[in-house]
Amino acid sequence: MGSKRIRQWLIWGLITLIGAGSFASIALNRGESINAAWLVVAAACVYLLAYRFYSGWIAARVLALDATRATPAESLENGRDFMPTNRWIVFGHHFAAIAGAGPLVGPTLAAQFGYLPGTLWLLVGAVLGGCVQDMLVMFCSVRRNGRGLGQMAHDELSPMGGTAALVAILTIMTILIAVLALVIVKAMAHSPWSTFTVFATIPIAILVGIYLRVLRPGRVLEGTAVGVVLLLLAVVAGGWVHGNAQLRGLFDFDARALSWFVMIYGFVAAVLPVWLLLAPRDYLSTFVKLGVVALLAVAVCVIAPEIKMPALTRFIDGTGPIFSGKLFPFLFITLACGAISGFHSLVASGTTPKLLARETDLRLVGYGSMALESSVGILALIAACVLDPGVYFAINVAGGVVGTDPQVATATITSWGFAVTPEQMQSLAQSMGEQTLFARTGGAPSLAVGMASIFGSAFGQTLHAMWYHFAIMFEAVFILTVLDAGTRVGRFIVQEAFGRFSAQFGRTSWYPSVVLSSLVTVAAWGYFLYIGVIDPNGGINILWPLFGIANQLLAAIALSVVTAILVKSGRIRYAWVSGAPLAWLVTVTTTASLQKILSSDPKLGFFAAARDLSEQLAAGLLSPDRAAVAPQLIFNQHLDGWLTVFFLALVWIVVLDMVRSSMAYLSGRDARGCREAPYQRTQLA
Amino acid sequence: MSIVHQTRWSRLWEGLRSLTGDNSFERYVKHLAIHHPEAQPLTRARFYASELERRWNKGGPTRCC
Repeated sequence: MGSKRIRQWLIWGLITLIGAGSFASIALNRGESINAAWLVVAAACVYLLAYRFYSGWIAARVLALDATRATPAESLENGRDFMPTNRWIVFGHHFAAIAGAGPLVGPTLAAQFGYLPGTLWLLVGAVLGGCVQDMLVMFCSVRRNGRGLGQMAHDELSPMGGTAALVAILTIMTILIAVLALVIVKAMAHSPWSTFTVFATIPIAILVGIYLRVLRPGRVLEGTAVGVVLLLLAVVAGGWVHGNAQLRGLFDFDARALSWFVMIYGFVAAVLPVWLLLAPRDYLSTFVKLGVVALLAVAVCVIAPEIKMPALTRFIDGTGPIFSGKLFPFLFITLACGAISGFHSLVASGTTPKLLARETDLRLVGYGSMALESSVGILALIAACVLDPGVYFAINVAGGVVGTDPQVATATITSWGFAVTPEQMQSLAQSMGEQTLFARTGGAPSLAVGMASIFGSAFGQTLHAMWYHFAIMFEAVFILTVLDAGTRVGRFIVQEAFGRFSAQFGRTSWYPSVVLSSLVTVAAWGYFLYIGVIDPNGGINILWPLFGIANQLLAAIALSVVTAILVKSGRIRYAWVSGAPLAWLVTVTTTASLQKILSSDPKLGFFAAARDLSEQLAAGLLSPDRAAVAPQLIFNQHLDGWLTVFFLALVWIVVLDMVRSSMAYLSGRDARGCREAPYQRTQLA
Repeated sequence: MSIVHQTRWSRLWEGLRSLTGDNSFERYVKHLAIHHPEAQPLTRARFYASELERRWNKGGPTRCC
């Protein structure tokens, strides 16, 4: 054994010991509060060990990555999208593309079960599921000239599998935009400071767009730097608006009005040229996103806050006030993005593979960036759990659940065992520059309060309100980017579908077609957004599980494609690497869907909720304002129920298609095997 | 010492430029010069416009939840 080898053994042995020690101290400290540093250290050790050993084993044994094989970036190089690029740069690109609001909101909501279940699933789900999915999908795409997931499902399963994947993508996009729009609308409701800051991001993006297109074409760093400074100014200026009684009135809107603003904005952004709004906003959001994540990581490590949430709460029995359902399966549905995110398979196929210079780089880019993304989920969970649990629940539970009167709401939450007083909430709201923090559902305000208290203790106690609105701005910037980009992608899919009936309509630049297809797309997500806004139970409790199921469905499709490819490329003895997470996902999504469809508990089942509400309406038990929206809510519960049936059917169609095509190959009926591009030797040094 | 220092910073700077796409025009011109020396490269402004077109107006999602 050489000395280098001994050193390696020592280092990895030490990391294992530190990780095991951190877990031991988390386990032994049950009942008293623990320090977030233990969670951070334990998580870091798990990611490092999994990256070093599991992803190394997958790269060497399962995939047999071949550094001598030319990647599509090399063989199809065009100086633009196909371009061999340094692996750390690709890592940055890929991470920026997969990091979004999902791993921030999911863990925040899942904290209702306590800090332990969320932490464990973020770790286990990522290293055995999410990272593996991203890495394998990327591998399959690299070996197929950078094909997208839909095309691979079409080629490797069947045309039906391909169609199922496309339909799933369109549906999940609709739900995703709706739920993220709801998050940001809830954060802006009756908050002039937030509303002003978020509105100001629009002209700032346009200014940067003009700078990059007209004044200094393509000088991305200059334009972004100007934009970031303006964004910070917008946060400060929001404070002036908040402090001025007249201006405050101009930016004080209720959620309904804001939901219309967001819909109009989404429509305008989809029809405007990309250089004016979408592209510059994306540059800004990438910058702010990476900056804030780094800042949060540093702040958590510097101040090492105490976790105030218990390890487990009583709500694991399914009576949770933020979302309903037991720990299994709803923890997994709620966390979704930070552990396994189906959406990543769309970026991991298509965009990123065209940049990889060597096959062996996909271990860092595929597995590594998902591990980092999952650690962002851990940070979000910590930010939720450093709040007093009573405060956490008062912010996140809707008025429809605990009552809209502060006295009643705090009394109810205190009776659950999480003490909180109206005075405490009032002074917290005041220090954050908000009128109230009661029932600010959606996850963004509680994350912002958590981040503000962490940043506040790390970088200056007096600036809580500034940090709070900085955090809101940070979430808004990339939620609006997803909204713009998603509406645009939806528009193209709709135009393509209409184009089958009228060639004129299929032309993506024909103006009437652009307007009509954008309207259709915005109407689809706008509907779910609006219903979420008028729902007295906060909306997020319906939309987030629906989004989680859709996301896990897309992950199941991606893992099915990958499993079929493993089987058909003679790797059947390793098919469990993707097959096991697939089996778990199918179990989770099927159980969750069936409960959402069949449960007789109106808090859980969609159809049960519709029935319950109809009965209350008929019996005249509802207050007038509730009765006014009841018919729409009843219709929506039915619609969501049928949508869940549809998701469930899609999962099983794709899984059975995977089994069918694998069996056909194994029995020799389909001798073609998988459609890998031929080997070409790399010319790169 | 100062030379090592300088190259480290300039490598970091180039990395940042690649990450943000700030140097994509230079990379494109270099690619053309090596692989298609006969081709006339686009101007910086035209290149930026066509890159945005390619990135956002074709194909699927480039941003996640």
